[in-house]
This record gives sequence, C-alpha cells and structure tokens, in this order.
Amino acid sequence: MTVVDSSEMRAEEDLAESWELRLYVAGQTSKSVAAVANLHQLCDKHLKGQYRIEVIDLLRQPQLAAGDQILAVPTLVRKLPPPLRRIIGDLSNTERVLVGLDIRLASGKE
Amino acid sequence: MAGTAQSLAQLEKCPTGIPGLDEITAGGLPRGRPTLICGDAGSGKTILAMQFLVHGIIEYNEPGVFIAFEENAQDLATNMASLGVDVHQLCAENGLAIDWVHVDAAEIEEAGEYDLEGLFIRIQCAIQQTGARRIVLDSIEALFSTLKNQAMLRSELQRLFRWLKDQQLTAVVTGERGDGRLTRHGLEEYVADCVICLDHEVVNQVSTRHVRVIKYRGSVHGANQYPFLIGKSGFSVFPITSVGLECPAPSEQISSGISPLDTMLRGGGFFRGSTILVSGGAGTGKTSMAAHFVRAACQRGERALYFAFEESQAQIIRNMRSISVDLAPWVERGLLQFHSARPSLCGLETHLAMILAAVVEFAPRVLVLDPLSDFLTVGSHGEVKGMLTRLIDFLKMKEITALFTSLTLAEHATEQSEAGISSLIDCWLLVRNLEQNGERNRALYLLKSRGMAHSTQVREFLLTDKGVDLVDVCVSAGNVMTGSARRDYEAGQVEEALRKKEEAARREAQMQRKRRDVEAQIEALRRQLEEEERELMQSMQKVVEIDERAKAERDAMTRSRQQDMVGRSA
Repeated sequence: MTVVDSSEMRAEEDLAESWELRLYVAGQTSKSVAAVANLHQLCDKHLKGQYRIEVIDLLRQPQLAAGDQILAVPTLVRKLPPPLRRIIGDLSNTERVLVGLDIRLASGKE
Repeated sequence: MAGTAQSLAQLEKCPTGIPGLDEITAGGLPRGRPTLICGDAGSGKTILAMQFLVHGIIEYNEPGVFIAFEENAQDLATNMASLGVDVHQLCAENGLAIDWVHVDAAEIEEAGEYDLEGLFIRIQCAIQQTGARRIVLDSIEALFSTLKNQAMLRSELQRLFRWLKDQQLTAVVTGERGDGRLTRHGLEEYVADCVICLDHEVVNQVSTRHVRVIKYRGSVHGANQYPFLIGKSGFSVFPITSVGLECPAPSEQISSGISPLDTMLRGGGFFRGSTILVSGGAGTGKTSMAAHFVRAACQRGERALYFAFEESQAQIIRNMRSISVDLAPWVERGLLQFHSARPSLCGLETHLAMILAAVVEFAPRVLVLDPLSDFLTVGSHGEVKGMLTRLIDFLKMKEITALFTSLTLAEHATEQSEAGISSLIDCWLLVRNLEQNGERNRALYLLKSRGMAHSTQVREFLLTDKGVDLVDVCVSAGNVMTGSARRDYEAGQVEEALRKKEEAARREAQMQRKRRDVEAQIEALRRQLEEEERELMQSMQKVVEIDERAKAERDAMTRSRQQDMVGRSA
C-alpha cells in the first residue's frame, strides 16, 4: 500500500450510509505508514463501498491542523456520519478503531 | 546542554512588563527558556500569562502565541477585554496568535501508537504566522487528563520543551497546584529554569493574593511572598519590602490648610514628602483636618488622593461643606480623587496593593488615609505596622505627603495605641477632648514634627462654620482653659482691664482736681502777698510824704528864721 498525500480514494458505490474519513499524518513516519495501511484494511473489511478517505500530511498543510483540532498524529477523524469522532494512534488496535468509529459488526466479532 | 560555549554573559532577561514582577525577577523571565507558573484555580495564572504576551507585543515588539488548552479564543478575548486588552485587534495585527487546543477525552479514542506532532505543527504554524518570540501554554496539563498514554505524553513534553528552547522562545507554562507538589502532574520536572508560584491566602475570611519566585536558575531573585493584585489594568505586584531607606528629603514646606497650624510648624507647614498622623478620639475633627489639607493641595494645583474607609465620597463632601470646605469642585476638576472602601473588603496586602495601584495611576502629591485605625480590624498591630512601613517607604520615594488619621478609643491610651507606628511618623498631631465645667472642647497638641523647631503649645481646636481654627488657650494658675472657661476667663480679663482703666481715669481726675486746688491756693497766697506789698508800699509812701512834709516845714521855719535875722541886721 502506498501513502497518498491529500488523495481521495473513492469506493465504488455511494450508498445511503456513506463514511467520510480523514486521516491526519505528519510525514512518512512508521506510524503514519502503519495508520494508512491499517485504515484501508479496516475499511475494506467493514465499510466496503461506503467510505471515502482523505489523507492529510500536516507537514505539507500545517494550517489544517488547527481546524480539525489535531493534537496527536496520526489522527483519524470521522467527518460523516455525525457526530464527529476522533481516533488517535496508528490504528493498530482494530477493536478500538471500530469502537471509535462506532461501527457495529453485523456478523459476529473481529 | 550544559557546557556549551557560553561567555560570562549573564542570563538574558525577557521583561514581562508587569509592574513589580520584573523587579522581583531582576529583569523578567529567562529569555529563551520556559518558565512555569503554578497556582490554584483562580489564582491568576492565565491573566499573568496573557499579560506577559500582551506587554511583549505592545511594549517590546515581541509577538506572541497563546496556546490555550482550557479556554477558547473567544472566552480569552472576553476575559482580557475586562482588563482593557483588545485581543482581537492584537490578533488582527498579527502580533498575537491564539490557538485553542480543544481536548476532550470523550471525543478521543486511542487505537495504537501516536505522538504529539500535531500539536508541534500547530504551535509552529502559529509561531511562523506571527514571528513569535514569546509563547504561552495554558495549561498543558489538560493533556494528562485526556491522553491515556502517559509515558508517551511525558516524553513528548520533554521533547516539546527542548524544542521550544531550541527555537529560542521565551515560554510561560501554567500548571495547577497539586497535592504536595507544585503542579498536579509534575510539570516542574520539565520546566526547571524558573518557577513562579501564585497563591491565595484566606485569613479571617479575607483573601490575599501572593506571588513568589520559587526558583530561578542563573539569576538572583526576590524570595519573599509578594502581594499582588488583579485590578483594572491587570496583574500588578508590589515588591515594596525591597524598598530601602534611600528616599529623598525635600525641605520644601507645604501648607496644612490651617494657617494657625502652619504658624505652629515654623510658619510653613509640613515638609513635602513627610508622613503626618492626626490621632484623636471620635468626633475630634480628624477628617476635617484631612479635608483642609486636601483642599490646600488642590488650591496649589496638586493632585490629592483620599482613601476613606468609613465614609463615602458624597458623605465627606456633604459633611465638609458644613465647615465651608467644599471639595466637590476639586473632584470635578480631577484634582481630587476619592477611594472609599470598607477595610474588611480585602486583606491588608490587597489594600496596600490597591492603594499603591491607585497612587501609581493617579500620581498624587498628597494622600490621605482616613482612618488608619480601621485596618486593625483586618490585621494585627504588627501586620498593620508592616504594611504601613512599606506604604510609607513607597510614598516617601515618590515624595508624596501623606496624612493619616487614627481613631483612638480611650483617652488615656492615646499614646500607647499609636506607639507601634509613631516611629514611622514625621509629624504627629493629637486632637484631644478636654472635659471641663460640663462641656467638651478640643485641644490640639503638636506632639512631634521632625526636623523643625515647632511650637509646643497646646491650641484650642475650633470647628467653625468657616472652617477649622486654632486659638491660643489660656493658661491661668497652671490650668489650661478652653471653651466657655476660656471665654469666661477672657471676659474676666476684659472686665478687669476696664476696671483698671476706670480707676486710672478716676485717679487722674483726682490729681487734676488737686492740682487745681493747689494752684488756686498758690494764687490766693500770691494775691495776699501782693496786697501786703501794696500796703507796705503805701505805708512807705506815707513815711516819705511825712518826711517831706516835715522837711518842708523845717525849711519854712528856717526861712522864717533867716528873715528874722535879716530884719535885725538890716
């Protein structure tokens, strides 16, 4: 998986329930790389076709940090659906990410 | 980091611009280093920090960044507006950047490893935007309650402070006081260069704010607890315990406003910059004397500051009109300012700070504290004396002439109750009630007046509808007479004089009569003498006439005899 700056990755269909996620990273640190990878993996698994991910590198766009109240990096922000939620860390703890994103697992467990 | 090429140059200071704080820190906070300001909730940390930035921008042309973890920018702006600081304008002019770092544990889920690079980037962004030289982190401890990974947080904080130092930023970090430690989360471990502690002390239900520099690496600093005040113009500290006895001593004399009193004071009045105490019982005219003093200053065109602890401005003005001292015009012209407050409003130190703040702001030439004794309800004798010492030292440095009044309760204890402060006083006037013959009269004693040959006589102190007047008292048979006794005595004196005058006139008349009698007698005797002389003359005349007649007869006889002889011979 490659890290794309400010890139948008659109899944195929735009269903009624669409997820808009924004991942803030700072440069290509191991944590950043891990976070991007973990996020894609997780979304592919649980939100297939219903999500949009925007990765923002704060080293390139530092002025965006204040707007979304970014403190720690990496930070994942769930813009949609409301309410806004923030998950910090490299997203390696999938369970916490799911709790943070409030994704109810339809079938069984992780 | 020690051991870098450092000359003997002293630690460079970054002035806070806060009155007094720069004095106790010998110039300000350590430049390029972080300073921790710790204190309880509501002890003024945020205001101090914000003022540090605002002064930096306005007075030292050093832009600043305020990273707020607790209040948002709008709240901060509102809070600072109450101190007359327009935060929005400072931001618009790019002198100040405020970044509110909103941290809410409920909104944040931690999933894996992270660091605080986001915060670093935001801080850097704000610094670049303004070109900041100063930064405030208020209060970064909020992160401890938000982030679960404390080990990461600590290492990141360490990195943050090192980074701020590398950036040569003078940083102020606030932290709330913890149990038995300076801050709840041990911020002092990271910020070790300078630690300033603010606290709040409540004694007898009266609260006093103190500031203390606990630690200052590489610099001397005042170690005491200094009172401070958060007033209209913000934070101000009064390090007056450091004031030495190096005040000037002008020999100019200024009128007390009561000309007979000036006469007693070598004809000129009080020395400028001296401290005058007027003490006396209730209703002895202390406030009236103060009013005269203040009016005289205003008439000279000097500013006067009047602290009233018992009466309001309106009350004093009304009451003083009854003795023809109208202070209202001077208030209107801005030469006279009243500050009325109950002593129990705040602690002694706060009172002192308030008085000093008012003095600094108004810059008066004379000052009145009426009455001083009310402070004893807030503090002990020793505390009051300590406070007054500092106040008097401060006023002397500024050559402000101060008049204090003091209420003494029992007549006999008058001199004892003031003994505590009498040594601080240059000129001490005592108004005493004298009870005699069923009436009460006031007598003024000039107990001391340093540096001048003054009158030692007791004067009767009169409050008339034309103002205060002093009258020489009558001393008779070892008794001082005042009031009606004096008037009786004076009347008696007049009568006596009149009587003596009449007596003299009578005696003179008598003498004249006598002289007239004697002269008449002399006249009579002279007449008698003249008479006798005339009679003598007459009788002498007669003798002559008789003589002549006898001679004539003799001649005639001789002639006839010769004829006889001729006839015979012829």
